[in-house]
Amino acid sequence: MTDFTTLSLTDLKNGYEKKDFTCREVVTSYLARMEATKALNAYVLETPDIALAAADRSDARIQKQEALSLDGIPVAVKDLFCTKDVPTTACSKMLEGYKPKYESTVTQKLWDAGAVMLGKTNMDEFAMGSTNMTSAFGPVINPVTLPGDARRFVPGGSSGGSAAAVAARAALMATGSDTGGSIRQPAAFCGIVGMKPTYGLCSRYGMVAFASSLDQAGPLTRTVADAALMLQITAGHDPKDATSLNRPVPDFVGELSAPLKGLRVGIPHEYQVEGLGADIVALWEKGRAWLVEQGATCVEVSLPHTKYALPAYYVLAPAEASSNLARYDGVRYGLRVEGATLDEMYENTRAEGFGDEVTRRVLMGTYVLSAGFYDAYYRKAQRVRRVISDEFRGVFENVDVILAPTTPTPSFAFGEEPKDPISMYMNDVLTVPANIAGLPAISVPAGLSKEGLPLGLQIIGPAFGDSVVLRAGLAVERAANFVFPQGE
Amino acid sequence: MSANTFSAAHMNAAGPWEVVIGLEVHAQVVSESKLFSGASTQFGALPNSQVSLVDAALPGMLPVVNMFCVEQAVRTGLGLGAQINLFSVFDRKNYFYADLPQGYQISQLYHPIVGEGHLDIEDTNSNPKRVGIERLHLEQDAGKSIHDQHPAKSHIDLNRSGIALMEIVSRPDMRCAEEAQAYVKKLRALLRCLGTCDGNMEQGSMRADINISLRKPGQELGTRAEIKNVNSVRFMGQAILYEISRQREILEDGGQVVQETRLFDAAKGVTRSMRSKEDAHDYRYFPDPDLPPLVLTQAFVDDIAKGLPELPDAKKNRFVESLGIAPYDAGVLTSEGEISDFFEAALAALGTQDATACKMLANWTITELFGALNRESLEIGASRVSPEALAELVGLITKDVISGKIAKDVFAIMWETGGSPSKIVEEKGLQQVSDPSAIEGVIEAIMEANPQMVADYRSGKDKLFGFFVGQVMKQMAGKANPALVNEVLLSKLNNI
Repeated sequence: MTDFTTLSLTDLKNGYEKKDFTCREVVTSYLARMEATKALNAYVLETPDIALAAADRSDARIQKQEALSLDGIPVAVKDLFCTKDVPTTACSKMLEGYKPKYESTVTQKLWDAGAVMLGKTNMDEFAMGSTNMTSAFGPVINPVTLPGDARRFVPGGSSGGSAAAVAARAALMATGSDTGGSIRQPAAFCGIVGMKPTYGLCSRYGMVAFASSLDQAGPLTRTVADAALMLQITAGHDPKDATSLNRPVPDFVGELSAPLKGLRVGIPHEYQVEGLGADIVALWEKGRAWLVEQGATCVEVSLPHTKYALPAYYVLAPAEASSNLARYDGVRYGLRVEGATLDEMYENTRAEGFGDEVTRRVLMGTYVLSAGFYDAYYRKAQRVRRVISDEFRGVFENVDVILAPTTPTPSFAFGEEPKDPISMYMNDVLTVPANIAGLPAISVPAGLSKEGLPLGLQIIGPAFGDSVVLRAGLAVERAANFVFPQGE
Repeated sequence: MSANTFSAAHMNAAGPWEVVIGLEVHAQVVSESKLFSGASTQFGALPNSQVSLVDAALPGMLPVVNMFCVEQAVRTGLGLGAQINLFSVFDRKNYFYADLPQGYQISQLYHPIVGEGHLDIEDTNSNPKRVGIERLHLEQDAGKSIHDQHPAKSHIDLNRSGIALMEIVSRPDMRCAEEAQAYVKKLRALLRCLGTCDGNMEQGSMRADINISLRKPGQELGTRAEIKNVNSVRFMGQAILYEISRQREILEDGGQVVQETRLFDAAKGVTRSMRSKEDAHDYRYFPDPDLPPLVLTQAFVDDIAKGLPELPDAKKNRFVESLGIAPYDAGVLTSEGEISDFFEAALAALGTQDATACKMLANWTITELFGALNRESLEIGASRVSPEALAELVGLITKDVISGKIAKDVFAIMWETGGSPSKIVEEKGLQQVSDPSAIEGVIEAIMEANPQMVADYRSGKDKLFGFFVGQVMKQMAGKANPALVNEVLLSKLNNI
């Protein structure tokens, strides 16, 4: 059987058009690849029947020369997106077996464009984590391996399953959500492209909420061009989400080919954080040179309040989460553990249903919103948020994009991950500022660490600057000529 | 209980203490769909039949504000002469309860949609009194827990979950139960006139939280108790009176009133402690990140202002100033939308702005019509006499077709049969005789038959005039025009 999983999106579309192969053949090939990579635990639910039925519908359209833009394209869906009549759990025991009667806007747009759902991918529970180790359904294993090294690595999180599936060719592309780096960090760890669009570009309707003011859906893909296409399909105003942007969607795909010449790139020295590896610093320097070679100009910029982004994030995100997760109370759906009283039922249900990291964040969030602490934590964090947003806005008056590393370190092996929560949270230090300010940012695989693990470079743009972010990302991708490390 | 006995009870209850009352009224917004979802708000539907995915707080569901509810809040704010805030914010009030699906109620704590306003009432001496409105904000209602359907389990009905409420917060400007009751009645009439709340207290469309404290006049505010969810004007009076005596007893025994939330037990007529300040929830309010701030334009507000109906106070003034109706009567006629609608319809049918006729119509409405309604405990909507028929009756009086006395008989027949007054008058031959020669003839005959009485009258016994009037009316079966009878009698008896 031919392995179609190595073909790019463009190859697939060309092949379908020329009738070289059918969607059913391609999807079958992907289903086989999913089977072969099952040990990665990237999927928590495989949906082969749905996939094959969708493939047949795509084939029928292609036959009639009525092909849609994503017909026959195999997509994995982060288990945070509600999928109609298909279990959606956010990888929490709390929602085990929960079958929504509705479809998220993002996934609906994919299906409306002909995309084929392969299954639901693993993730950190309720998207809270940077390793995918907080999932109620076990950790995901990064497909990256090092020659002569038996260690296995974490895929990052929270969209770890989506990143691993795309990196392992068990999906051509995947949906993710990024609240503090949950798309970009796993993309960097797994050696793929991950983009967090401008806040509000993709609807949050039907996406299980973690922190509403920060959550943003986005693509995890093999290439920047694929990310542009997936974003093109999934973006757009949604009257069912009051925070969704009500403005025309730019032509991301078309604008990708605009020349880079004259692009002004800012290098924020505050992103030179403590513990940033020498290999990452070197790659960052390389990235700068690549962009200059392609006609961009690079300048140093200053974002002095960057260091406050992480602490502000770890006040705001848990605060919103503590409230967003209050609905998981055992009353209407999901897990219920009975108790003698209503309060006891709540306590039993939530103690049993939530894992440690979720519990920790709900507790933190409850604390920072409590009477007497609100001003010191929540209100102050909101002020920090405004300051950081203003600071970015000021910088973007002089530059078009910012170039920075995606993560302070490459992925780490199981057993070698930071053991205390604060060190773990530090992993988000370079990704969180874009969430705090609602800005678009992309991580592009750009090189390898000294050990040989993938590293990502991050392009951050001004609000609504998704096009320019993609374009700069493409320039990095073109220059980096990244080859996925295969140790097996 | 009449106004006087209530007033007396209140005086007894408070003694030397000044009562300070502020009200938080929760008024259900008249809207076909809920505040943040498209589900229906119809009352009395099957349990859980009007619940959207958003109302049940399913994962990933998001609230989207219903702009009609926003309009209604603005309309109400304008009716209260209040500041309309073009910038307001929805906040989450977090607490766990089985009938609160989201685990929080969306409300407006820090930036309400409506700010300072006022409502004018009358105090117990019928003097005008202005009660300050602190704010009005929009919020969601919770669902309903039903505890009597199963020995061990509670049932939840989410039909009410997410319905829009306006919380209207007064200043602590009321000083007795009657003022608080007058405030709620007036507010109810205003909301009904605006069409923003149906004011149906039995169905829970309007509920009041009563904040009440006692102090010696001139002193600082005392510690208050809050009586939650009182759902009738009568219960409000009872709850306040009970609370006054409870707090007075504590204070006069040298104790301190505890700040707490209390519930009114209607069956026993007492308030009971629900939770103290120490047990109060920490609601962890914060701005709802699912909802951007609500930003309105002045043009939006102006459009709503243009469409406002004539408000009860304005109507009352118009009745007094252009129709010459007494202020008290005008107050009665504008106390309820249905009453003023009835009266306005009657006025239109009357077809004149003549003060005498209008005043007469007001009197007939308040005394005869309300009397008949009260006797049968009917609302004005169920009146068996239509506004047009009442106006026609008054027209017959002003046009001297019948006397006021005969009119009462005609009204009684109208009430029984629903017939038209003109027809009744015609069929029963009740037309007033206003022909001077006919009346003269009768008077002459009576004077001839009673020479002694005529002599006595002429020798100074003026009171006998009434005897002659009575005789004329008796002879003419009450149909003689009374003014004409007086006039002719005077001239005949005095030989003018």
